[in-house]
Amino acid sequence: MDTRNSHGLDQFCSLLEERPGLAILDFAGASQNTITFVTGQGHRLCSDDVLLQLDTCFGDALENQSDPFKVEDFVHAAFDFPEESFDGALIWDTLEFLTPQLLARVMNRLHAMLRPGAVLFAMFHAQEHKQPIPSYSYRIQDRKTILMTPRGNRTPASFFNNRNLEKLFQDFQSVKFFLTRDALREVIVKR
Amino acid sequence: MWNRSKKEEEFTPKPMGAPPAPAPPEVAKEAKPMSTLPSRGLEPRYENPHSAVLGKSVIVKGQIVSKEDLTIDGEIEGTVELQEHRLTIDKNGKVRATVKARELVVLGTIHGNVDITDKIDIRKDAKLVGDIKTARIVIEDGAYFKGNIDIVRPEPSRQAAAAQAAKPHAVSPSAPTPAPAMTAGVGDNKR
Repeated sequence: MDTRNSHGLDQFCSLLEERPGLAILDFAGASQNTITFVTGQGHRLCSDDVLLQLDTCFGDALENQSDPFKVEDFVHAAFDFPEESFDGALIWDTLEFLTPQLLARVMNRLHAMLRPGAVLFAMFHAQEHKQPIPSYSYRIQDRKTILMTPRGNRTPASFFNNRNLEKLFQDFQSVKFFLTRDALREVIVKR
Repeated sequence: MWNRSKKEEEFTPKPMGAPPAPAPPEVAKEAKPMSTLPSRGLEPRYENPHSAVLGKSVIVKGQIVSKEDLTIDGEIEGTVELQEHRLTIDKNGKVRATVKARELVVLGTIHGNVDITDKIDIRKDAKLVGDIKTARIVIEDGAYFKGNIDIVRPEPSRQAAAAQAAKPHAVSPSAPTPAPAMTAGVGDNKR
């Protein structure tokens, strides 16, 4: 298991610790570390492994993500929450593996599921990769440390430079970038 | 060949045609009892031989109320209530029900909301889809969980609160308290 220091996560946690009893959505799937950390802060955690749902709905081929029926199945399976349900969302690097059509649908749902003022934490590679890259399952060890469990390789479907990221989160209130040494952009977005 | 141990030499197989020699009584005494059962930790039903068991060929549709520990290895649809007792969903168990119990151990599959007063233990390869309300939760790597986790702090009993109030503060406030490293939640173990 690898670890990485994260200023973005630290920022995410500091924004959430102002108020206890918040609802946090985690896209990395349930893990003891994250459950212990989030519930230990007095928050409620909602957990789902979105990459697993992605594989279940679309398989390996990125082309499948443009099938409108499969898109609806995926959105129903992974994003079936009432509007304004969450105060925080740990998205990790999930959005990189969605093709533009699916991404637009997911961003629409995410915006609806988050309450005004909610905070979102996501990560994006700073360089474009057309080959499969290592994929991880992310867990929170503490507010500055992320545990990364390898889960095979995965081909990114989209690349996001700063301009693309601003466009992606254009419906949100603010976007803050943290460029890290390992060429990952950590992003904190406020709804 | 060079590193052949004494043990290997002792257990060299005899030629096929040779008649079986009677085992000397000393060897029989030293032989340890063998079991083909999996280790105890993976089979909670053996921990308490007095718990009721619904075997893997049993299918129940309706309401189950039990005043003793219960292990489900079959299929249940409806509601399961075991106030003050432990429910174990064994490896073959498939439960589609609302569950209320003191403690829940999941090795199989459960779809439904779960209200547990003490502790939930989701083992490797187990699957739980539904909302969880509990005081403590343990989730093993390889388990699948989808839903909300709401950690409910149990209210201390009046006697315990009175005893706590009467107790002199022997430990300095600066002394670190041991963190529940592998368990999320609060409260004493009632077992």
